[in-house]
Amino acid sequence: MSTSSGPIVDPYASSLETTEGRVFSVTGGDWDSVVTEIGATKEERVVVNMGPQHPSTHGVLRLVLELEGETITELRAGIGYLHTGIEKNTEYRSWTQGVTFVTRMDYLAPLFNETAYCLGVEKLLGITDDVPERASVIRVMMMEFNRIASHMVALGTGALELGALSPMIFCFREREKVLDLFELICGLRMNMAYVRPGGVAQDLPPGALPKIRETVQELRRDFKDNEKILIGNTIWMKRTAGIGYLDLAGATTLGITGPVLRSTGLPWDLRKSEPYCGYENYDFDVVTANTCDVYGRFLIRMSELEQSLRIINQCVDKLEKLEGAPVMVADKKIAWPSQLSLGGDGLGNSLDHIRDIMGTSMEALIHHFKLVTEGFRVPAGQVYSAVESPRGEIGVHIVSDGGTRPYRVHFREPSFNNLQATSAMCEGSLIADVVAAVASIDPVMGGVDR
Amino acid sequence: MKKEKNLSVGHGAFGSADTGDTSGYGGLVRASVSWGSSERPYGSYFDDVVDDLERAYPDFADAIERVVLYRGELTLHVKRGKLLEVALVLRDKLLFEMCLGVNGVHYPTETDRELHAVYPLLSMTHNRRIRLEVSVSEGDPHIPSLVEVWGGNNWNERETFDMFGIIFDGHPGLTRILMPDDWRGHPQRKDYPLGGIPVEYKGATVPPPNERRSYR
Repeated sequence: MSTSSGPIVDPYASSLETTEGRVFSVTGGDWDSVVTEIGATKEERVVVNMGPQHPSTHGVLRLVLELEGETITELRAGIGYLHTGIEKNTEYRSWTQGVTFVTRMDYLAPLFNETAYCLGVEKLLGITDDVPERASVIRVMMMEFNRIASHMVALGTGALELGALSPMIFCFREREKVLDLFELICGLRMNMAYVRPGGVAQDLPPGALPKIRETVQELRRDFKDNEKILIGNTIWMKRTAGIGYLDLAGATTLGITGPVLRSTGLPWDLRKSEPYCGYENYDFDVVTANTCDVYGRFLIRMSELEQSLRIINQCVDKLEKLEGAPVMVADKKIAWPSQLSLGGDGLGNSLDHIRDIMGTSMEALIHHFKLVTEGFRVPAGQVYSAVESPRGEIGVHIVSDGGTRPYRVHFREPSFNNLQATSAMCEGSLIADVVAAVASIDPVMGGVDR
Repeated sequence: MKKEKNLSVGHGAFGSADTGDTSGYGGLVRASVSWGSSERPYGSYFDDVVDDLERAYPDFADAIERVVLYRGELTLHVKRGKLLEVALVLRDKLLFEMCLGVNGVHYPTETDRELHAVYPLLSMTHNRRIRLEVSVSEGDPHIPSLVEVWGGNNWNERETFDMFGIIFDGHPGLTRILMPDDWRGHPQRKDYPLGGIPVEYKGATVPPPNERRSYR
């Protein structure tokens, strides 16, 4: 297209001279002209800026790659493009309203954010043991469904980034089923603010359990499509096996948790090691691999789907026995007072509940007013609570000064820590493997930047 | 455990400039307290952890200012000069292999100890958790970096520097991580308003949240 001496005329790949050397901007289309130009400069070292707007960086992640030929000599990740100040915002809202903020951090795993936060608030309140069993079972069930939805995006987009389109279509098809269930149960598909301090926002709607059983069966059947297309697939193996290597020592020192840690062979899962929400009462396995590579992480996520379905089935059995049990703590000075119900125009305030508090119970009206306007007080102190999200340990450090608003809420996001491993996984490997390695970490930038 | 002292007392729905007491009868009083040392026995595995640390680290009495047990969690308040030594002993002798980052907290009323850095530690071998806490003043916000001990603290320390202005000495590249490089101030400090700067969007200017009525 252009000769090595003449100026580049490719509209998608312009170049300019800077003090740092020649800079090429590639926005799509043909790389040939750039490659020809770079070949002519006799420069050994090439720095490639990838992202933050790039289809295969898994979100607004910026990677700066230093290359020698196609080999990466140095990699740096740049983050912060999705920083929203969620932690600061929670300090200006009541404890209950905090849920609506934190649910938006890791937007693929909202229920894990909410549960980690609510477990922390409950610990500070000292009501951990007062949370009704039905609420805990619903939390577990929703989290496991959320894990499936999240892993589906991880697998689907991961495959897509490596050029496999069909798994993406299968995965998003399964995820849609889970999101439909979320819509049925919470009224929202994402960012549902369903888990609240003291329990969950509302009980399951009528007919939810049969629908859940049906969905579990469909998911179990349809997961096979992905397994058939990817497990043992020669091209998939060539792109993933032995790629993005990170062993146990590296993972521990970098604070890596979740499937990346389990791909080193260590069966570390908070659901087993520090059970919360009654996870000790469920029968499931912690899946590991010992390959320390992208393929191992892929296999772990595939198997965790099956384990999640196992847990969900046990939840449904428990929920059938707990029909009609409360889903919020009995303490009226903490429990969120409003009730929702499904009307002809969608989910809204329960008219029966409003009739009751407006017409018959002065005390309920007072509690409603106080809790909604001021919120409840949380004793001064600090706690750390953690749950096992699809990406690893999501921990929350909550500080209270005894007021109706959090003093400080900080999230230890698994994506944030795991993303630090990109350099360790990629340096010395080929540029094409970066995409596979990042996809296997499965960072969600909303969680990384908060 | 006893209250060491009341640091400040606030009234009303905290964080609001007016009383925030919507009903007028709230009588909300907040006392910002600093917890004193807890008495033994701490219960659970915490006695073992403290005993082991005392044995493995001779300077224990000098380095650890307070041991606080609250809501079933143990916090060791460490003097900043001893932090690196304590961290190494905890990692190598007590097998706290993992540090789950560092979080800053700003207590403007705690004179000369305004900035706190909190390190949650995890021992996967023993399945134990403890927490380290270091406090420094705003005028001298230096804390030794633990990146040499737990490499994964790299980004976490950068975030705490970015948000609180705590300077981690010995960090391999302490730069802002979430905010733009040329940002002024440290957004998570209590004297930094929410938002703080107006946002320009398509020619119109949206005032920062702290100047909007609903956030006051």
